Amino acid sequence: MKRHLISAADLTRGDALLILDTAEELAHLADRPIKKLPTLRGRTVVNLFYEDSTRTRISFEAAAKRLSADVINFSAKGSSVGKGESLKDTALTLEAMGADAVVIRHGASGAAHRLAGWVRGSVLNAGDGTHEHPTQALLDAFTIRRRLMARRASTAGARGAGLDGLRVTIVGDVLHSRVARSNVLLLSTLGAEVTLAAPPTLLPLAVGSWPCAVSYDLDSELPKSDVVMMLRVQQERMTAAYFPSVREYSRRYGLDAARMARLPGHAIVMHPGPMNRGVEIAAEVADSVRSTIVEQVANGVTTRMAVLYLLLGGTEFPATGVAQ
Amino acid sequence: MCAASNPVAGRDGLAVLDAEEIRRALTRIAHEILERTHGGDGVILLGIPTRGVPLARRLAARIGEFEGLDVPCGSLDVTMHRDDLRLHPARALGRTDLPPGGVDGKTVVLVDDVLYSGRTVRAGLDALNDLGRPRAVQLAVLVDRGHRELPIRADYVGNLPTSQREVVHVLLTEVDGQDSVMIGEGRRP
Repeated sequence: MKRHLISAADLTRGDALLILDTAEELAHLADRPIKKLPTLRGRTVVNLFYEDSTRTRISFEAAAKRLSADVINFSAKGSSVGKGESLKDTALTLEAMGADAVVIRHGASGAAHRLAGWVRGSVLNAGDGTHEHPTQALLDAFTIRRRLMARRASTAGARGAGLDGLRVTIVGDVLHSRVARSNVLLLSTLGAEVTLAAPPTLLPLAVGSWPCAVSYDLDSELPKSDVVMMLRVQQERMTAAYFPSVREYSRRYGLDAARMARLPGHAIVMHPGPMNRGVEIAAEVADSVRSTIVEQVANGVTTRMAVLYLLLGGTEFPATGVAQ
Repeated sequence: MCAASNPVAGRDGLAVLDAEEIRRALTRIAHEILERTHGGDGVILLGIPTRGVPLARRLAARIGEFEGLDVPCGSLDVTMHRDDLRLHPARALGRTDLPPGGVDGKTVVLVDDVLYSGRTVRAGLDALNDLGRPRAVQLAVLVDRGHRELPIRADYVGNLPTSQREVVHVLLTEVDGQDSVMIGEGRRP
């Protein structure tokens, strides 16, 4: 594995399977009386959050603490960022404090990549602008594998299995979604066939070069999908009118009970959260047995533990000071 | 300490225990466990991956044959508790698989293939500590190399003293396709 986790494209199939298999073992920790391992004792993980986040920050914090690392939380609100401190100066401050890993969430695409050039520790991208969110893709892959591949595999559970042959449909605001990009890259690495279903205005220009198919018609994709992943309509990033009205978007691309009924019997419904109930997903769908939304949160902690362990648990990487 | 992770059958080295001798050693250890624990009541066998796990299963089967007793058997991965994690790149985790009922109040017999520095067993004791509170913990190994770096000893031993310059490979049918213990010169790979 590389020293940083900036993009899902950095992961080979072997890397991704190692992370998922490690997470599979760590998942048992939740059933134990002592939900803590001593592995990262004495290591410091900094959560550097320039954008609001509930689950990702808490998830990374829980993951680091369960591995006994020291956690420093930094959020842009109430810090010197308000006084105009640059990302680089903040990074150098963290460096001076001896951070072994920096988990960064930033509104600018590429922030994690820049940061990786400035600090000695590992950089974990927890979402940069509309670029990538690789740990979300890993936890989604882990959730899909647990739900859909475990029954196919032998007694060893889903260990070692990819997502070969599974059809995943990612629906909605792909243009603004770092989750979609990371998922397309990771899921296709793991052998899944990914289709994006979205209005043409919410697809990035370069989507033709992504390893996936594209459709404008959600209803025709549903009957052949094993997984439907709904994306949040990111109104806070929308600077123009991408569809006539929320109601019209919801009519054509929202997942309601009638649409869910068109899915095959085993299919699951995912959402990275936070949800706009009634816009991209109906409340009855979000709360149905097919929905993995709560499971995804629990799996997030496990998957991030696996990533932190694999990046920080072994020998320190030689300090190069250069990204990747 | 575990033997090399991937020993190759037929490499240079001297076979010091063949399949028959391994079978006899395990039979003796199974009898000793029954004797020491007064009939194997409340005993569970936990193998340390990789090769401790099939050894634990074989011991459980042996005990079943002798006494008609169904001894619970599982595995205990110690990777996250090792003291040498930072000397190597992060390694893949083995499987921890406890029998239903857990370890509380049981006599846990840890099973591994080779006992050398004692560091793996120390990690195993720490890992066990997080899983519950056994009544007693004992240790069974197929090969005791000596050269301990910690105050740890085995309760049941197949036996074999070696020099520190030698490498010991335990090969088991379940993992390596044959049963034998090989010894060779040189550093561990």
